[in-house]
Amino acid sequence: MEHFALWIGGFLTLGIISFLYKDNPWYKLSEAIYVGISAGYWFVSLFWDNFYGKFWIGVFPPDRVNDAGELVSTGRPDYWLIIGGVLGLMMLMRLLPKIGWISRWALAFIVGATAGLWLINYFSSFIMVQIQNTVIPLFGENYGASSHVIVGNIVVAVGTFAGLVYFYFSKEHKGTFGATARVGIFFLMITFGASFGYTVMSRMSLLIGRIDFLFGDWLGMIK
Amino acid sequence: MSIRAKELLVLGLIAVFSLIFYVGKVSGWKAVQFSTTVSIIVILLIVLSLVWILIKTIRGSLIERRIVFLYVGIAVALPLFMSLSQKIPISPEVKAVYDSIGELPAGSKVLVSFDYDPPSAPELQPMAEAFLYYCFVRDLKVIMIGLWPQGPQQANLAIEEVFEHEDIKPKNLKYGIDYVNLGYQAGNEFVIQRLGSDIKAMFPSDYRGKPYDEIPLVKNVKNFSNIDYCFNLSSGFVGTREWVQIAVDRFGVKLGAGNTAVQAPQMYPFMRAGQLIGLLGGMSGAAEFEYLTEWTGKGTKYMLSQSFAHMIVVAFIIIGNVAFFRSGRKSRLDR
Repeated sequence: MEHFALWIGGFLTLGIISFLYKDNPWYKLSEAIYVGISAGYWFVSLFWDNFYGKFWIGVFPPDRVNDAGELVSTGRPDYWLIIGGVLGLMMLMRLLPKIGWISRWALAFIVGATAGLWLINYFSSFIMVQIQNTVIPLFGENYGASSHVIVGNIVVAVGTFAGLVYFYFSKEHKGTFGATARVGIFFLMITFGASFGYTVMSRMSLLIGRIDFLFGDWLGMIK
Repeated sequence: MSIRAKELLVLGLIAVFSLIFYVGKVSGWKAVQFSTTVSIIVILLIVLSLVWILIKTIRGSLIERRIVFLYVGIAVALPLFMSLSQKIPISPEVKAVYDSIGELPAGSKVLVSFDYDPPSAPELQPMAEAFLYYCFVRDLKVIMIGLWPQGPQQANLAIEEVFEHEDIKPKNLKYGIDYVNLGYQAGNEFVIQRLGSDIKAMFPSDYRGKPYDEIPLVKNVKNFSNIDYCFNLSSGFVGTREWVQIAVDRFGVKLGAGNTAVQAPQMYPFMRAGQLIGLLGGMSGAAEFEYLTEWTGKGTKYMLSQSFAHMIVVAFIIIGNVAFFRSGRKSRLDR
């Protein structure tokens, strides 16, 4: 079975990589298998983890027995879950065009609850804490910061200010204001460059993983 | 010979090559390893061929895009056969993770959330292995969870790998006492929210089905206040962002993280603000952490390929720019 699994893995990996040459039936087959298996896996996973694992077990908790076969406890049903179950059922009404509007109620609940939760979290984590740590003394408390920290603080202060100026569109970007906005563009470009560099590293890592599988796990050519 | 026939010939060669080496592997052939001299010769040949491509480009002859793919493939594959080593400088964010774990007293409880799946394993699995190894070396107790369905399986793979190490074997670590895998729980960020008040409510049993109260390691662990340190391995949503927003900012958890390189830049503001103690970013982060913890893992092994691939990308950026200026597209764009 292990041999079979390795060959399937090798066959599909080469199939996906073959797209670099050109679109071909081998690639299409590999892609179709990947999409199909992903969809199947997620369906099964969501059914057993969400519907069965959370809803069904929660509402109808099974009796538990210990290693000696004795009944240890009978779990208490959590009837609050029925509300979630009903909302989930309402969501599925989208599949029936005539009463599809019912799904909007469930959607409204999700949007409302998520917005309420994230409003506070985002405000706290991404606004308050970040502002607090951007508006800091340039030279450290009691002027005690080292030179590289001072440079870092100045870069953060200038970058934040110039970036904010660039995104201020109610005034034309001309003169000193325009020059500051251009500095902001430089900071944005450096940020995008760093992100791109990291993205290249990430994609290369995935390729290295597959190459290691092909030459290592599959063909045994590398340790 | 027609193109179709050539394509079939290449396919046949790949099949024969694969079959020969697979049979060789099963028969006990040794792995291929280039000596230092051969490695240097190979590198020189690649550099010379790149110079040749640059000269061709300057003369106005453009190369096909498949050649670029081929070079990237070569740059990634060949270093895996080489015996060269590479210096790994340690970044402050990786050192911070290492130091923060080192400060924990023996017996401290560390919660590790495996929020990734096999596609991200080349980057995150080396981090997971090095992190678990270091925890066990330091005699810390490890509680593993997953907010991605395949997370707990990745945790088990990492544990298997770590338990093979000669430093860990003599410790004779016991499941349920020294470490536990509580499995996967659906619900994304809401699970983190609930862990802040009641871990058992989210993980009533471990991944084997053993009830929470019967696991010695966690039976007295009520919520985050009983956890000394959290570490999140993340490749997307739900991941480090959500752990910072909820576990750190709401419940005051000490959090370190290992991220794929794609999302690592987004985590630096959290580092600066002190919301994250430390960060392992991408494969280089994994390699640095392996170096610090003295764990011999794949992060270090892969770094040579990573560096070669980056050099090839830089070389082709230069060649591409030469082609751009040479082709006159710039003057057209200027107009």
